[in-house]
Amino acid sequence: MSLFSILNLSLFQATVRMSMPVLFAALGGMFCERVGIVNIGLEGIMLNSAFFAVFATYLSGNPWIGLLLGVLSGVGWGLVIAFLTVKYYGNQIVVGTGVNVFGLGFSAFMCQRIWGSRGASESVVGLPLLRIPALERVLGENTVFVYLAFLLIFLSHLFLFSTHWGLRIRAVGESPQSADAAGINVHGYKIVFVVVGSAITSLGGVFLSLAHLNFFAWGMTSGRGFMGLAAMIFGKWTPLGCFLASLLFGFTDALQMRLQALGILPAQIILLFPYVVTILVLSGLVGKAIPPSDYKPYEKR
Amino acid sequence: MPPLLEVRGLTKSFPGVLANDHIDLEIEEGEIHGLLGENGAGKSVLMSTIYSLYRPDEGRIFLRGREVHMVSPASAIRCGVGMVHQHLTVVPHLRVWENIVLGEEPRRGVFLARREAFRRIEALCRETGLQLDLHAWTGELPIGLQQRVEILKMLYRGASLLIFDEPTTVLTPQEVDQLIAYLLRLKEGGKTIIFISHKLREVFALCDRVTVLRRGRKVGTIVIADASEEKLAEMMVGRKVFSPKRGEEKPKETVVLAVEHVSTLPERGKALHGLNFVVHNGEIVGVAGVEGNGQTELAEVLVGLRKVRQGKISLRGEDITFASPKERIKKGLAHIPEDRHRRGTVLDFTVTENLLLGFEDEPPIRRGRWTIDLPLLRRFALSRVGEFEIATPGVDVPVRILSGGNQQKVVLARELSRPVSLLVACQPTRGLDVAATEYVHRKLLDLRKEGKGVILISADLDEIRALSDRVLVLYEGRIIGELAPQSDEYQFGLLMGGKSLVAQG
Repeated sequence: MSLFSILNLSLFQATVRMSMPVLFAALGGMFCERVGIVNIGLEGIMLNSAFFAVFATYLSGNPWIGLLLGVLSGVGWGLVIAFLTVKYYGNQIVVGTGVNVFGLGFSAFMCQRIWGSRGASESVVGLPLLRIPALERVLGENTVFVYLAFLLIFLSHLFLFSTHWGLRIRAVGESPQSADAAGINVHGYKIVFVVVGSAITSLGGVFLSLAHLNFFAWGMTSGRGFMGLAAMIFGKWTPLGCFLASLLFGFTDALQMRLQALGILPAQIILLFPYVVTILVLSGLVGKAIPPSDYKPYEKR
Repeated sequence: MPPLLEVRGLTKSFPGVLANDHIDLEIEEGEIHGLLGENGAGKSVLMSTIYSLYRPDEGRIFLRGREVHMVSPASAIRCGVGMVHQHLTVVPHLRVWENIVLGEEPRRGVFLARREAFRRIEALCRETGLQLDLHAWTGELPIGLQQRVEILKMLYRGASLLIFDEPTTVLTPQEVDQLIAYLLRLKEGGKTIIFISHKLREVFALCDRVTVLRRGRKVGTIVIADASEEKLAEMMVGRKVFSPKRGEEKPKETVVLAVEHVSTLPERGKALHGLNFVVHNGEIVGVAGVEGNGQTELAEVLVGLRKVRQGKISLRGEDITFASPKERIKKGLAHIPEDRHRRGTVLDFTVTENLLLGFEDEPPIRRGRWTIDLPLLRRFALSRVGEFEIATPGVDVPVRILSGGNQQKVVLARELSRPVSLLVACQPTRGLDVAATEYVHRKLLDLRKEGKGVILISADLDEIRALSDRVLVLYEGRIIGELAPQSDEYQFGLLMGGKSLVAQG
């Protein structure tokens, strides 16, 4: 097998699939940052939603209920983060780190209690494929997530740049004082869109556990939340940018799997690919990234 | 007919400060009402309370005779009150039109109705003569134009009472003249304006009546026709104010600073081209010019923050062209930076620490090899605070909480704490109130009397002409001419505009 033999349609399809979790995290993170909250808890939110999705499916036997609970867990974390950082001016980095550490520990603990193993859950029914033959020829067989993601990108773009809510979000994030002076409910906007962002992020977790693997494994997000953060920065805090950047990460992930199969490099080195790309992206390879936000807590007098 | 706005017994306190103490105010429809006072007199607080950014502790507000309870800027806007804040509240990464409609966006379905927005804004622009590129990124506009965005924002919301909080402090003299013209035009159009300022000249050019505040209390309201600059200044400060007067003594013959053919590269700023001048002992040399013509760069070259490409600078005959800032300080060069928040002080450091900066590694403050003599430092700080009349609750509070004037005094106190032979003073009174300005001027004149040299770089031509023995005019990084301070304004204007004339004075 030559190196070029892996450059085919199936690599493209794998790229799209593997970019999903990163994309949801990036879009979710984007909404949080657009209202001025750095959400580094994306990883923890994803991991938790992956767990809850499997847990609910395990109990109910219905993956749709799993999806619902997974997203609800995202909403829950969004509320926690929003209240701590917006209402009580908590440090965003500390809160986010807390969410990550908690997510890792909590899911492992629950996994142990429920399935008797901290490493992985039992397999559950995954989400069914959504058959759209016309698109399947290009994208391959997919669950609802891929189509949902495209819809979300499109809608987020419209929302952010063509509605008055979007205008207000951008103002609230970048200059809360100005937004306040213009009579906008700054804290309200911040809270709502941190929750929305966290909910979108949780879709990434549900994707991993109900569409990609059909079980929960300890630490199964393996840094994709952080990659989402990187993709968001790379994508300059725009939905389309997030999409393209996520494709890059998805590509390295897909490529990595295929290179492993080829066996020309030690697996450990190939496994590093997505992370090396993350570092390169964040170290300014992509030019200066100026956040559209002022991340300081906004205190009303 | 009841006044447009009536405020009765308004009181607002912050922890430790009574910012407004039972203030009564009446604003008549269609007037421009000046609100004068020193920094910290409570002008901004009063207006922010009327605009409902703050909640009053006590007091009632009436609009056209009806009592109103405004709870947020949103309700103030609904009542027809608009405010242009001292620190502009435009969002840099939004386009001009987006900033204007923000909070009151015209919609079509769930979408922004862009065309409708443009139609309304353009109509406003035509009505008021305020021209703007609506597509531009707001943050990329000069401050004067950003302020225009703010004005349009208020008008777009249909405000009939416009509050301007020190709108001129961020503007160049030309922009100030333009603003004054626009405000008069808005008044003709039937708007009522409250104009906060501590610059008397602007108040005289604009206002019909003035209310003066001092330390949170109202001193009085007078019709401008009955007021004089001296009287208003006295009301603001609470005592007679003296305009600066240079002493009669002539500058000495000895040269303290010689700048010979100095040129620099245009890195992060304007290039300087072949500057050539001297400063004598006992002389104040003013540097005038429209801002951005090399003033900042000249100061940086003198104090050692910018590399010289060609030429020579000597201080008391010693070559300092390549000396580090620290060496220059040791040789007697003092510096009042133009940006006292970024270069003059560390805002979150205490008064003591700010006074210490630059001395921390020298005896007697440094004791032994590694330690600072804290008791001595404290005595030093206390004596400085006393000598320079720095109004501060203590020497251990962050400089951030002091007023601008007192922050500047901290800078002065530090810079004049060692033997000085030359002071480079950059915009030393920018943003300061009357009393603090008077104080700084007195210090500069004291230095002159003591036979030190002073370079005064300022955007305030009146200040330069009042204090300087000679005035250099900078244009595009060159000294385009030298004038005597008593030369008429017209000549200064020509030079500052780049039209050189036959050297005189």
